[in-house]
Amino acid sequence: MAGAAPTRLSSIYGWLLESKNGLGLLFMLPAAAFLLCFLTYPLGLGVWLGFTDTKIGRSGIFIGLENYEWLFDDPIFWLSVYNTLLYTTVASVLKFGLGLWLALILNQHLPFKNLFRAIILLPWVVPTVLSALAFWWIYDSQFSIISYVLMNLGLISEPINFLGDPTNARASVIAANVWRGIPFVAISLLAGLQTIPQSLNEAAALDGATPWQRFTKITLPLLSPIIAVVMTFSVLFTFTDFQLIYVLTRGGPVNATHLMATLSFQRAIPGGQLGEGAAIAVAMIPFLLAAILFSFFGLQRRKWQQGASD
Amino acid sequence: MAPVMFRDVRKSFGQVEVLHGVTVDIEEGQFVVLVGPSGCGKSTLLRMLAGLEHITSGDILIGDRVVNKLPPKDRDIAMVFQNYALYPHITVAENMGFSLKLKGAPRSEIEAKVRPAAEILGLTQLLGRYPRQLSGGQRQRVAMGRAIVRDPQVFLFDEPLSNLDAKLRVSMRSEIKNLHQRLKTTTVYVTHDQIEAMTMADKIVVMHDGIVEQVGAPLDLYDRPNNLFVAGFIGSPAMNMVTGKLDPDNRAYFVSGDGQRLKVDNPGDAQAGQELICGIRPEAIHLGGEVGLKVKVVEPTGSETHVIADLDDTEVTCVFRERISAGPGEEIKVTVDPTALHLFDANGGRRVSA
Ligand SMILES: Nc1ncnc2c1ncn2[C@@H]1O[C@H](COP(=O)(O)OP(=O)(O)OP(=O)(O)O)[C@@H](O)[C@H]1O
Ligand SMILES: [Mg+2]
Repeated sequence: MAGAAPTRLSSIYGWLLESKNGLGLLFMLPAAAFLLCFLTYPLGLGVWLGFTDTKIGRSGIFIGLENYEWLFDDPIFWLSVYNTLLYTTVASVLKFGLGLWLALILNQHLPFKNLFRAIILLPWVVPTVLSALAFWWIYDSQFSIISYVLMNLGLISEPINFLGDPTNARASVIAANVWRGIPFVAISLLAGLQTIPQSLNEAAALDGATPWQRFTKITLPLLSPIIAVVMTFSVLFTFTDFQLIYVLTRGGPVNATHLMATLSFQRAIPGGQLGEGAAIAVAMIPFLLAAILFSFFGLQRRKWQQGASD
Repeated sequence: MAPVMFRDVRKSFGQVEVLHGVTVDIEEGQFVVLVGPSGCGKSTLLRMLAGLEHITSGDILIGDRVVNKLPPKDRDIAMVFQNYALYPHITVAENMGFSLKLKGAPRSEIEAKVRPAAEILGLTQLLGRYPRQLSGGQRQRVAMGRAIVRDPQVFLFDEPLSNLDAKLRVSMRSEIKNLHQRLKTTTVYVTHDQIEAMTMADKIVVMHDGIVEQVGAPLDLYDRPNNLFVAGFIGSPAMNMVTGKLDPDNRAYFVSGDGQRLKVDNPGDAQAGQELICGIRPEAIHLGGEVGLKVKVVEPTGSETHVIADLDDTEVTCVFRERISAGPGEEIKVTVDPTALHLFDANGGRRVSA
């Protein structure tokens, strides 16, 4: 009896070391532990908080869906949902269009090509807060450089109220986000463009395709798998954007630029309502999941990508 | 179908000139092979004809039209690329019908043109597949099918067989030849394989370092190479080269540097005392005679026997119809056919024998 337990243990140990799956499991343990600590725990905690009435300095009790019922009747929450969708849609479409256009230009034979590619990356490497501060200055109601130039050109007679007017504010934060997001889209798509063999374009040219037809019938379809990846990431980044808005407008004027992320933060930390803030954040999850699912199906290997690999 | 003409065509990439004035006439319906070692400018010339490369100077004519400035799509040319360049995201049938679709042809017409082309090439079973699902040889055929459907003025091939294995290459070779005899479309075919050139061409253009060395029918090039480069390039195994001079007392004899005397029937305008190189085709050497060869390697191929041997200090390759039993180190006696010797000027390599 005394000898049985060690044998069992050592046989499990032997199985772990010898079978392929056992060994795989063993090797996955550190990563799993890491994910559990740093991803699952905070996420779980966030979801749990959403079901409580926790405030800063007071641990709450479980209140079921009360936070969500409360939010459901909160027009500011719905405004933030609308803002987030508008912000994400418009910014993503612009980033895609401009990014693709830039990538196509950079894919041509240009003098100083590498220099241009490096310059394009600049908005991406500057810390967000820093570029947000720069935009804050650019959008200043009195000292805006844009207003200054336009006034000197005689196109407008008084400074533009960039961040004070709801419509202007929305357009302004979207513009800033687009400026910041373009490099990622452009450089990724450029990498994709460079995987398309030149000879396909040449073959199409000989087959009688105009440049526009070559773009729509060869380049775009061959680029589509990469477009799907890039735009998924871009949408996720944009949807969860926080820093830019927080520095530029803090959600104002009159909540016109409050996104779900900024509203969640504002309710939770300055407002102290941790439970409610968490509930808003949790409400973002279905949208994000939808985006991921959408791209999951978009990302599936196309029929033409299957088969031999060379 | 149309004739093609290159008139003193030059091409520079930046400061570097890679084609130094190429002039070639291609008649309507001819099958012309551009052949030459790697980097000699064959692809560049072909791509200039297709309109994919800018022409630095000179003229290219298709039919009687100068096409220098014409974009590729207006040249009515179909090209088969070395890597086939099949559109990976559409099926074989769509690949073949792509050009017609661009023109806005109705589906029935596309179908009516793709079908017969697929039948000629044995692709009927594969029409619904994507290029990735095909073997190398099948892809090659699809690329040809795409060209055939176009029914162009000129076909261009850039080393279309170089990715195939030896056996498939031989069969595709005759297939392309067959196709040409059937369609009679002017064809320009690039290869660095001189056997492909010899077997397929109506006319061979031998290129070297951006110039045309010689233009002619395959057997003309073989029988009367204009210079040392062509002599060495055309023919397999390659021509043997022996340095020496004509016998000053008897112009009918070539004396090698090692003192071997070979009878020459047609010394042409070779001068006594001129440094010469005598080219001997491997099959111009016959068993039996008074020239002694020291055997180094014997390679029986079945139908013939290749022997690598030393003629004094020069290594020569012989091809005998007979099977021989001599082993390495032994001596065999041979004669060199006096009518089949080629004399070249050792300086510059021009042909001097008649
Ligand atoms: N885009 C280019 N820029 C600069 N030089 C080039 C370019 N394309 C070709 N060359 C040069 O031009 C010369 C001819 O090239 P080309 O591709 O025509 O050779 P080729 O005869 O087709 O050789 P291969 O049998 O290897 O295909 C080469 O020396 C090559 O280095
Ligand atoms: Mg080439």
